[in-house]
Amino acid sequence: MDEWRRLQPRKAGPYRVVGQPLPKVDAYSTVTGRAVYADDIMLPRMLYGGLLRSPHPHARILSINTRKARELPGVLAIITGEDLPRKYGILPSSQDETALAIDKVRYVGDPVAAVAAVDPDTLEQALRLIEVEYEVLPALMSIDEALAHPDIKIHEEARTGNIHKAVSYEFGEVEAGFAAADYVREDWFYYEGNNHVPIETHACVARWEPDPHDPVGGKLTLWSSTQTPHYVHREVSKVLGIPPSHLRVIAPHVGGGFGGKSDPFSHEICACELARRTGRPVKITCTREEVFLIHRGRHPVKMWIKTGLKRDGTITAMHFRSFLDGGAYGSYGVATTYYTGALQPVTYALPAYKFEGMRLFTNKPPCGPKRGHGTPQPRFAVEVHLDKIAADLGLDPIELRKRNLVRPFSRTINGLRITSCALEECLEQVVARSGWREFQAARPAREAEAERRFSPVRYGMGLAVSTYICGAGKPIYWNDMPHSAVQIRLDRGGGVTVYCGATDIGQGSTSVLAYIVAEELGVEPERIHLETADTTLTPVDLGSYSSRVTFMAGNAAIQAARRLKELLHSAAAERLRVPPDRLESGDGCIYSVDDPQVALSFEQAVQLAEARYGALVSAGSYAPPEDIHGDFKGAGVGPSPAYSYSACVALVAVDSETGEVKVEKLWLAHDVGQAINPLLVAGQVEGSAYMGYGEALMEQQIFRKGRHKIPSILDYKIPTTLDTPEIETILVGQPDEEGPFGGKEAGQGPLLPVMPAIANAIYNAVGIRIDEVPITPDKVLRALKAARSEPGERPLPPPRVTPIALSEPWPARLIRWSPGHAGLAEQPLKLMNGHRQYQEQGESTPQGAATPPSRLPQKGGTA
Amino acid sequence: MRELITLRVNGERYEVAVLPHRTLLEVLREDLGLIGTKHGCELGECGACTVLLDGVPVLSCLTLPLEVQGAEITTIEGLEERGRLHPLQEAFAELGAAQCGYCTPGMLLSAAALLRQNPRPTREEIKQALAGNLCRCTGYTKIYEAIEAAARRLSAVHEDERQPDAALQP
Amino acid sequence: MLRLPPFRYLAPRTLSEATRLLAEEGPAAMPVAGGTDLLPNMKRRQFTPAALVGLRRLHELKGISGSPEVGVRIGAGETLTSVSTHPLIRTHYPALALAAAAVSTPQLRNAGTIGGNILLDTRCNYYNQTEFWRHSIGYCMKRDGSICLVAPGSPRCWAISSADTVPVLVVLQARVRLVSVRGEREIPIQELFRDDGMRPYTRETDEILSEIWLPPAPGWRSTYLKLRRRGSFDFPILGVAAALRREQDGRIGDVRIALGAVASHPVEAEEAMAHLRGQQPTPALLQEVAALAAKRARPLDNADLTITYRKQLTPVYVRRALDLLLGAEQGSGAK
Repeated sequence: MDEWRRLQPRKAGPYRVVGQPLPKVDAYSTVTGRAVYADDIMLPRMLYGGLLRSPHPHARILSINTRKARELPGVLAIITGEDLPRKYGILPSSQDETALAIDKVRYVGDPVAAVAAVDPDTLEQALRLIEVEYEVLPALMSIDEALAHPDIKIHEEARTGNIHKAVSYEFGEVEAGFAAADYVREDWFYYEGNNHVPIETHACVARWEPDPHDPVGGKLTLWSSTQTPHYVHREVSKVLGIPPSHLRVIAPHVGGGFGGKSDPFSHEICACELARRTGRPVKITCTREEVFLIHRGRHPVKMWIKTGLKRDGTITAMHFRSFLDGGAYGSYGVATTYYTGALQPVTYALPAYKFEGMRLFTNKPPCGPKRGHGTPQPRFAVEVHLDKIAADLGLDPIELRKRNLVRPFSRTINGLRITSCALEECLEQVVARSGWREFQAARPAREAEAERRFSPVRYGMGLAVSTYICGAGKPIYWNDMPHSAVQIRLDRGGGVTVYCGATDIGQGSTSVLAYIVAEELGVEPERIHLETADTTLTPVDLGSYSSRVTFMAGNAAIQAARRLKELLHSAAAERLRVPPDRLESGDGCIYSVDDPQVALSFEQAVQLAEARYGALVSAGSYAPPEDIHGDFKGAGVGPSPAYSYSACVALVAVDSETGEVKVEKLWLAHDVGQAINPLLVAGQVEGSAYMGYGEALMEQQIFRKGRHKIPSILDYKIPTTLDTPEIETILVGQPDEEGPFGGKEAGQGPLLPVMPAIANAIYNAVGIRIDEVPITPDKVLRALKAARSEPGERPLPPPRVTPIALSEPWPARLIRWSPGHAGLAEQPLKLMNGHRQYQEQGESTPQGAATPPSRLPQKGGTA
Repeated sequence: MRELITLRVNGERYEVAVLPHRTLLEVLREDLGLIGTKHGCELGECGACTVLLDGVPVLSCLTLPLEVQGAEITTIEGLEERGRLHPLQEAFAELGAAQCGYCTPGMLLSAAALLRQNPRPTREEIKQALAGNLCRCTGYTKIYEAIEAAARRLSAVHEDERQPDAALQP
Repeated sequence: MLRLPPFRYLAPRTLSEATRLLAEEGPAAMPVAGGTDLLPNMKRRQFTPAALVGLRRLHELKGISGSPEVGVRIGAGETLTSVSTHPLIRTHYPALALAAAAVSTPQLRNAGTIGGNILLDTRCNYYNQTEFWRHSIGYCMKRDGSICLVAPGSPRCWAISSADTVPVLVVLQARVRLVSVRGEREIPIQELFRDDGMRPYTRETDEILSEIWLPPAPGWRSTYLKLRRRGSFDFPILGVAAALRREQDGRIGDVRIALGAVASHPVEAEEAMAHLRGQQPTPALLQEVAALAAKRARPLDNADLTITYRKQLTPVYVRRALDLLLGAEQGSGAK
């Protein structure tokens, strides 16, 4: 499986394609309106499908009467829960959904029935004619309510009350760590949930092609705006009882995902079943409101954090608790729960770390993965908490962070392998580029000027740093197969076709495949034809989630391309009478490195190779290495073949009379390793900064009386051109040794430091702390009034996160794990010596003694 | 009852029988096959369905086809001329202004209307002109850069047109 | 995709034909101009008219003409874009240009009309929801239900007057003309409004708002400040319109202040105006005036952000509006 490593070392730069700011391969189809998205697919005789959804947050279904609807002319099929009883869910451990509710509905929007009709008007009428009788049950709408009412069970299967999942870990000696601390601080934080709001609403078209000779009865094709066609393929096949061989799932152009199109959805399954029943294509296009109900967005998380430090700012121990509001179903929630704890030690070198996480069911639309999956919430908590500590200890927030940053090529206390890491450089770059030190030095003059001009506006700068994975180390369902595979076919006219299951949701994953194959084969990317995200045509790639595609599909593409290149070079070597290892591919030729005049065109080489070896097809695949995590239960969430790092400085202007916050500028430095295409990387960084800005100040999926309070994009605020701050992107870092051409992720990591940087900047501007996201102007004004109340005034108390008091012990067995050696307590002192020194001493550090830093080339071929 | 109406879209005449309650967005996409115009919110809250009505950006999801029979309607499909891309389309492609591409048709039409009215807009004027088009991928920066680049290219072309002899000078 | 309910579409060519059609069709018909408010509301089934009477082609509703000396006539069918960019209005009635430019987005201003903005349906976040959502919560009295979900004990509807141009037209003392088969009437714009979220206008269902008259504006300065979360799209959660005229000696000759989005109708701050009229403005006086004006704001929990916040911001915005009109040197500044 790890054969690709045998091919190391790679071709040395300079590259011809990699690193160039090229247009995306689909750029011209998107800018001309030719790109076809799921809702754009119109098939002959196509029916319109739709879902009847629950109007109650929690209710028992007593009866469903579809008779009147069935009798309506133009209605071709109606299905209810009993027609599709098989349970499913994205995680094998959380199979708690049915396509249509059977016994109970668990949130407003839970699908109850599905209809296919000849036109949209008939469809709407039919949905209205379905009569459902409910017995309304009490609804639990928050973490606190779910904890307080174990008697009201949302899922009978939950072992304790409404606790979906609880975990508890201790890494290293936490008590000893706190005992060794000179200073300990505790804080509570709350991060409100929010939605992905892709501009394209979810849509799909299903088509059934009957075949009476086939025992299955026919074949089904589903086009869907999904990020994970492979997982949809598995789940639809399971629920419909159609073998995977008879089902084809295709993701056409996807109009944005951000994690919101990563689950298998009811509308996809129902469209398939309606198509099978009617024998006609069925389209279901969700309304914007339905996108808010489908959700799978950011989990609301309440967090408690306690950190012990030495006087100089060295962290001795951290204890972190998270309470996740999961909504009505499991979705990715178990993974999310782990993610709220897994990456703290990947940012800061924690010598001792305790993490307890708990996900609760509530009667709200299910939460799932959104950009940063489970890590923006703890990142916000940790970075604001550290900022408070810096203020408490009178330390510079930059120095406090620098003292504790993780080292490249190290192991974390929770067993994760860290390789390339330019976090310190990220931090230094944003500080330098933002003029942080000059800005802070000029504070007195700036304040005096504002006073003189009677200006209520105060400026502040805040910063934060973060880490993210470059692909999850483990697949969603347990297996030993590759996470990504690529096939390449060469035709004798010189054409190159690349097949890969990877799904482009706008981030440019298809383009990245083209660049990588073009670079390897030495042809221009425009020559390459791409077939992607089609479970029949393309080999499996697990999907566009966890920032895995460039890293994993990219490595698979390199392997496939190199295998072909070997054939081409060997055929060309014979003809050119040059040893194969003296040949190189580039500019559409295969040539001698010693005399570039000795060359064959790519087409000639292809024809020679085809004559010699037969049809030219190759495959490559990638799975992350095995030695990147600890050996405890639950160690599968957090490991990644590499980590990206980011740092952000925010400049804000706070109107102290109105509480309005304007983010003037964000500086974001991101360690992407080698940018495969810097234009696309910058696009990802800017998009992340934008989304982080929205989460920090305005976005919130909130509920009132059991209903989504604001299920429209007028009332659910996402930033417009007139709100979005200026964004400066700084790409840093050295090529990662395992990444394709050294590339790492860029799609999610840069979002993470934005929210805490903005919160810290607000503190820097006006001296108030809002420990809750989003930081809306009413909260800011309330805190300002509380801080400045004059005698006689009785302002509202400042906004404060209500702590959770658990009456019972933590409902999960504590798992203790350590890297397995003594001397951990010395670690922070050594870490202070700085990167290079640590790297030089790498093998002799206590960590290194147990688990030598992974240098990939040395480990090559061992698997 | 369907009504037979005539629409002028991208310079072509279409005769189409529509139900009065179908929006222009629905008719463009479902009856005329012009799928480049996108549906994002159906309530006038996102700008994805923007088209030009006599050169002016409006939302096709809030427009009744019956009301715009006399007008020239431009959709994204009409922005290129005989396969030649509008400089805005080139710049959007080259400078990474389209990620998922779903807001892109609407963005391009708003931008095209802006440049026709104001060939050298400032960054602030661009923001104002695009204030009705939401994008969830780009953070808008690359969109501004692309519009500025297209504006430069367009005015370079216009300069050439105004001084046809200039190119012939030694 | 959320779609429109079926309706018949009627396309009159003249204003009198339009009024005749409205009269014939009765209350089940509604006029539609830009459609930017009505059509989303219809998609949410807040309105399900049997017929729409299209006003787009009526030349009688077009045109902006006049002068600051004699006053200005604005056809109700003029788009918000043309109102906000018209030189006459930008120069002499700047508050109206500002307010029209602050409505929603460029695309909506290109289609939406000044008449439509004046007659914008009152808004409430229990009401401006889809049929599915309103069904889910049990409907409110404004449509299909019997109680007010914001204030369940209240006999009335508290939906909010949310038109940006309305408080401005109030301080400009505009008059509007309503036309029907029964005749015409021209009324001060204040008389168009009722303090009732359900039936917020005195316009009869067969009447068409045809034009707006702005009185002469010599010596008047006016402005409009809008509180909202984002730079576009959002309706106001507070609108402050102010106009004033100063005497030679600097005293306030006359002043008018009106608040939008704080009640079911535009609210004039009479007490505040009386307190400032004839006075020499000082920072302390402006604070008092602002506090008096803010007493009129009684927001409820049916719009964005909190009641407390919207209430707290009212005096700040009033004072800032007055500061703007009095010039920077008069700025009363922060506390």
